[in-house]
Amino acid sequence: MEEKSAKIVSLSNVSVTYPTGSKALKNFSIDIYKGEFVFVVGASGSGKSTFIKLLLREVEPSSGKVVVNGKNITNLKHKDVATHRRRIGVVFQDFRLLKDRNVFENVAFAQRVISMPHRLIGRNVSKVLALVGLEEKKKAFPKELSGGEQQRVALARAIVNQVPLLIADEPTGNLDPKTSMEIMQLLENINRQGTTVIVVTHDREIVDMMQKRVVTIKDGEMFSDVEQGQYTESLAASETRFNME
Amino acid sequence: MEGIHTFFYSIKQGIINLKRNKMFTITSICTITACLFLFGLCYSLVSNIQYIVKSIEGNVAITVFFDEGTKDSQKAEIALELKENKKIKKVEYISAEQAWENFKEDIFETQPELVDTFEEDNPLADSDSYLVYVKDMSEQNSVVKTIEKMDGVRKVKSSKEAVKTLVTFNRVIGIVSVVLIIILLTVSTFLIQNTIIVGISVRREEIRIMRMIGATDFFVQGPFVVEGITIGLIGALIPILVLLITYNRVLNWISSQFGVLTNWISFLSLQSEFMVIVPACIGLGVGIGLVGSLVTVKKHLNV
Ligand SMILES: Nc1ncnc2c1ncn2[C@@H]1O[C@H](COP(=O)(O)OP(=O)(O)O)[C@@H](O)[C@H]1O
Ligand SMILES: [Mg+2]
Repeated sequence: MEEKSAKIVSLSNVSVTYPTGSKALKNFSIDIYKGEFVFVVGASGSGKSTFIKLLLREVEPSSGKVVVNGKNITNLKHKDVATHRRRIGVVFQDFRLLKDRNVFENVAFAQRVISMPHRLIGRNVSKVLALVGLEEKKKAFPKELSGGEQQRVALARAIVNQVPLLIADEPTGNLDPKTSMEIMQLLENINRQGTTVIVVTHDREIVDMMQKRVVTIKDGEMFSDVEQGQYTESLAASETRFNME
Repeated sequence: MEGIHTFFYSIKQGIINLKRNKMFTITSICTITACLFLFGLCYSLVSNIQYIVKSIEGNVAITVFFDEGTKDSQKAEIALELKENKKIKKVEYISAEQAWENFKEDIFETQPELVDTFEEDNPLADSDSYLVYVKDMSEQNSVVKTIEKMDGVRKVKSSKEAVKTLVTFNRVIGIVSVVLIIILLTVSTFLIQNTIIVGISVRREEIRIMRMIGATDFFVQGPFVVEGITIGLIGALIPILVLLITYNRVLNWISSQFGVLTNWISFLSLQSEFMVIVPACIGLGVGIGLVGSLVTVKKHLNV
């Protein structure tokens, strides 16, 4: 087989056991390559967020090896965590914006964290705000924005530092279908410009429509990994059973 | 390079935070002000009492009389021996004439008509003496015993009552100040802990987001440190100002209420009080602010 482009995420036989004894990931392996767009799906409690937390080094693997952005973060020291996270953009279902700062400041904040010179911050922030279509709302505070707009701000913040990897944990979980679709389109745009994108989602319609690689996790184990996949039939079936219980 | 940017960002953001969280800022400043004001009050009280006691102590002396017919050379030897004693601070010679003059002055104040009856004849001839001042009141009794055993010494006069009172008083002040400091520390710790708990709940989300974006511990702590130091500084300056304004007034009031006292005692000057209070308050205030803010942040850095 011809060698693909470089790996940006590589998990080898990773297990995560929480202090409570809950085994969130079991012997999990996956490779994600630069420039890919990957959906991670699975029933709630299957271990999707744990996978994201592993990449961000919010949890450590109990066993196995985690490599992100070419760096082995399996045993990363506390003081190196910040540097590691600066190379990953991240958005969550609950947006996680600083409530006491306006749109501009929320995005600029990510630049200040990496000590971007003051004179460049204004330009960079304006550029990403234009990209997510929020130039006019620069001065607005999070509570004055709709959910979709808040998620755009979070997206702008995630990419303003020109990160090679963007991770989204259920980014459309709090949004209506139309807004969800817009956010997905933005993610696809960002991906087209070269950023690797990993999206955890429950949204079957979106997954089926976008025809991307789909990784399905079930009970902490890799269930399926399909190029141009669908929200898997079998998973749908298992989810129906799950819901009926 | 990171340092400079982060430094200015920290100062700016710290001040913005102070303004944004007005209630928290005000509560914290009030807490520190209250604690430091109490500290200043206690300190002025205790230091003044100690000062008064010291000045009274300084005036309490042992009088040493000589055997009749003791030669001047022998008296000089006694003086030498006394001065060598490490427990003794000062030895003063009182001639018979001086003793007579002092006596006349005392009598004159109360019964002036008696003075004339003595005429010019000094009844206190031969009662020249040494006035011996000891360094530490509690050592007075042992010093008296040592002097009594010396050759050429007829009599040693000392006020046992005065000494006993002063020594007890000193001990009471020691205990009272320790108790006050313990109470103060307990109250301060409690108040400051509460303030920090409030601070933590206000900032939990903020710190989590900073960490998520990849802020270093240094970057996250910066604004909090600026905040803590500012709060501590303001919290220290207010009680200093209050003490500055009230100190002399209170002393004047005490003097006017208890006029008799002013002949006997004097108080520490505002200046000498402030030599200790100003650096102590600023040090404590900034220290409390700094530690408080660092504790607040540290709890959330491990994400
Ligand atoms: N911090 C935690 N402490 C203990 N157990 C946890 C923690 N986070 C998640 N879990 C457990 O690990 C499993 C996977 O959770 P998670 O990764 O959040 O799943 P998902 O995101 O797919 O819903 C679940 O059983 C969950 O209860
Ligand atoms: Mg989840």
